[in-house]
Amino acid sequence: MQRKLWMVLALLLLVPGLMLFTSCAQQSAVDQDTTQKTTAPADTGSTTGSDDLQTDAAKRAAEQAMNQFINEHIYFDFDSAALSAIAQATLKNKAAWLNANPGVMVTIEGHCDERGTNEYNLALGERRAMSAQAYLVDLGISASRLSTISYGEERPLDNRSTEEAWAKNRRGQFKLK
Amino acid sequence: MVSVRRSILAPVPMLLLLLLPVIPASAVDEFIEINPFLKKIPLAIPAFKPLSEGALALETSDEAAQLMAETLQFTGYFNILDKGAYLEDPRASGITDASINYRNWTVIGAELLITGGVRRTDQAVEMELRLFDTFKGQSVIGKRYRGSPKDTRRIVRKFASEVVFFLTGNRGYFNSEIAFVSTGTGNKEIYITEFDGRNPAQFTRTKNITLSPAWSPDAQWLAYTAYPKNRPFLYIKHRHHKRGYEIGNKGLNITPAWLPAADPSASLHNMHLAATLSFTGDQEIYLLTGKGKIIKRLTKSWGSDVSPTWSPDGKKFAFVSNRSGNPHIYVKDLDSGRVDRLTFQGRYNTQPSWSPKGDKLAYAGMEGSRNDIFVIGFNGRPPVQLTRDAGNNESPSWSPDGSMIVFSSNREGRSRIYVMTAFGTDQRRLLTLPGEQTNPQWSPNKHLN
Repeated sequence: MQRKLWMVLALLLLVPGLMLFTSCAQQSAVDQDTTQKTTAPADTGSTTGSDDLQTDAAKRAAEQAMNQFINEHIYFDFDSAALSAIAQATLKNKAAWLNANPGVMVTIEGHCDERGTNEYNLALGERRAMSAQAYLVDLGISASRLSTISYGEERPLDNRSTEEAWAKNRRGQFKLK
Repeated sequence: MVSVRRSILAPVPMLLLLLLPVIPASAVDEFIEINPFLKKIPLAIPAFKPLSEGALALETSDEAAQLMAETLQFTGYFNILDKGAYLEDPRASGITDASINYRNWTVIGAELLITGGVRRTDQAVEMELRLFDTFKGQSVIGKRYRGSPKDTRRIVRKFASEVVFFLTGNRGYFNSEIAFVSTGTGNKEIYITEFDGRNPAQFTRTKNITLSPAWSPDAQWLAYTAYPKNRPFLYIKHRHHKRGYEIGNKGLNITPAWLPAADPSASLHNMHLAATLSFTGDQEIYLLTGKGKIIKRLTKSWGSDVSPTWSPDGKKFAFVSNRSGNPHIYVKDLDSGRVDRLTFQGRYNTQPSWSPKGDKLAYAGMEGSRNDIFVIGFNGRPPVQLTRDAGNNESPSWSPDGSMIVFSSNREGRSRIYVMTAFGTDQRRLLTLPGEQTNPQWSPNKHLN
């Protein structure tokens, strides 16, 4: 699981990096032509330098976007699989990211707080994951890229028995496959 | 109700009980239910008498008498009288009717007396066990058992079963086990213990989430949900062998419940179970073969339908559905296809468990953020609350004779397994293990011999 995630991360960084690299190579070929005529080697150096900075920034932005996709959960009311306005807004962002990263496959996990009972919570967790999936499909994401799994109350983020912890645990969570 | 006989006569002395004929069920006012566990029968169990020479016989005598007291104490029917009060020592005076001075026992308040004699060799143990009615002044049960030395506990439990049968007309649960979930290893795994909390042992090693153990009617198979492939699949595993089946439909494969078998010697080929599957995108209860093949769909309603539990005749099942907006318990009659809602109190009622006698259903009902155990009949009367002001209480499951209920509670901090009588009295912890224990399921009695 962890290794898969790193591979996806690496690929995501590598693809834009490669694209920048090829455009850079083309440019420097042209530069070489002009260099032979006008001899201005200092310029080449400075161009390459600014390209590197851009690559870093793009990398960082891609990484940040992906981290946001993974780390930003949607939250539910007690015993409810209905999507709040906030959850819907979050899902719109996720749809945008999925559109920008068409190769990515995602598992939507449904989770519950500890107050209910395990069995019913397995069912509730699945309904939560399925409402998130249905919403993303409505936004144009192919259903074949989205799978669901319920963990019921078995994988809380916060083990305490407080309102705050319960609210955190009633969530839909997104994992890259 | 433990039994008609027992329930009616609970408040009267044993002397009368033995003189009165059995009253037919029709004479009982069905609305008056007497808790047979309130007036505990004073029972004396003096030290058993070694009938052969040597330290082994003495040791086994002590062990068996102690175990007899603990086993009968567990049932909730008896008040085991303090040994210090006994005026007579059958070890010296004798264990048979002829040698017992009944007044020595009635005068200290004993209504029943158990004596035992133990013969012991390296290879064998032989026990003579007797139950006496001290008021009537006569022996009411006398049994002789033979076995290997490791059968001591089995012999004691067999006799305990005779005693409980004499009093209640029911054999008890002395050959049953309790499966439960424990987090001792860091993961939720299924464990199995003898009914009285002795010899708990780990049963699954999924190293992941393992939930909802369900016993087959012959107590030879366990169905449960586990995530070894990171998906909630159903597993059907033999109690003792490594045989098993995996049910891995898309979506949920959860909450198994075996259909009671008319034939107690039924094999996996003719046993069936109900479970919730969601491969259609909707959570519905299906009937499956013992190996997990789908026979038919049993519920039809959008939303969650989970946690089936069968009536003892297998003609109905209760389940949890959120079709009214909140989880409530419903009953489906298979012949008519009719579905009736059973619970109307509260907003969150789950984990139904149908009593072995068929007249009641136990469940967990939530009030505030805590669950408590309730019992409800099918006569339209409100449920009876069995746990109160004692932490979170979940997962009720009946003993095979319907006299007790096992459940989980965090009343002492971590979640542990507890037992109580079917009337909610005598609540106590069954065992203590590392981690937390939840999801107990009481097995049917295993059939011996």
